[in-house]
Amino acid sequence: MVKANVYVTTKKDVVDPQGKATEGALQQLGFAEVGKVRIGKLIEMELQTDDVEQAESRVREMCEKLLVNTVVEDYRIELTKEARS
Amino acid sequence: MNIAVIGFPGSNEWDSYHAVKDALDQPIEIVPHTAADLSAFDVIIIPGGFSYGDYLRSGAIARLAPVMGAIKEAATQGKIVLGIGNGFQILTEAGLLPGVLQANESLKFKCHPASIEVVNNETAFTSQFAQGETINLPIAHETGNYYCDEKTLRELERGGRVIFRYRDNPNGSVAHIAGICNEEGNVLGMMPRPERAVYDWLGSTDGKRLFGSILDDWRVQHGRKATV
Repeated sequence: MVKANVYVTTKKDVVDPQGKATEGALQQLGFAEVGKVRIGKLIEMELQTDDVEQAESRVREMCEKLLVNTVVEDYRIELTKEARS
Repeated sequence: MNIAVIGFPGSNEWDSYHAVKDALDQPIEIVPHTAADLSAFDVIIIPGGFSYGDYLRSGAIARLAPVMGAIKEAATQGKIVLGIGNGFQILTEAGLLPGVLQANESLKFKCHPASIEVVNNETAFTSQFAQGETINLPIAHETGNYYCDEKTLRELERGGRVIFRYRDNPNGSVAHIAGICNEEGNVLGMMPRPERAVYDWLGSTDGKRLFGSILDDWRVQHGRKATV
């Protein structure tokens, strides 16, 4: 089995209201060292395959077709091969 | 003029259904998201709401519904397609309109009457308004913050495709955009809710004029076809 983690984040030049609000809240709590905060999401998937290379191109396709709106979002894929339980 | 209101799980299709039925007195039907054929209809309304719970992103799942193929076909044929609220989000996700609707800058659900400028009254949706007129339509959304890149914005503005702008930007939209149309002018997406402004007791009847404009346009097109 291959486990896929897809990290979806707002593009750098697009305003991220959630990140901005959280940044302000952290600074208000006294975490003065906090600079820019950006919030994204993590999509975890289990894939019934052992072929990591093929899994990567399939997950990329999933991102482009559904998981990510590439107008405003970027994504990063992490794949790990796991023994079947 | 035959009107279809598309019902996705989680849409408020009955709002649009009753409002447009009362406003225009034309044949109107709720058409489910599973329908594959919209050839019987002249006007397609994609209503507001939270289709499929707005999971993943607003409109992202609805874009994959069987009816979307028929909506794209209708749009290509030049039929009128109106996306309101969630309907606008679906149209952007489906690529029928450019850009994206993001979370409101305030992160709050905004629900109040809004002053809207009619930026272009030479469209199938706005002929009953005056150019530059300020109209009153309610908004009701948490994800209405329109974004597009600068190149797209220039294209929209040059092409007269920004149809509505907020007088006081309630959600952080670029260039105060409240509604845009496609290049051909037959597909309009807007966050303000015309179907909630069709009775005096609702505080505004400006939405009625939007639906009336669609009917006027259809009559002109239809009349032309009949005389040729």
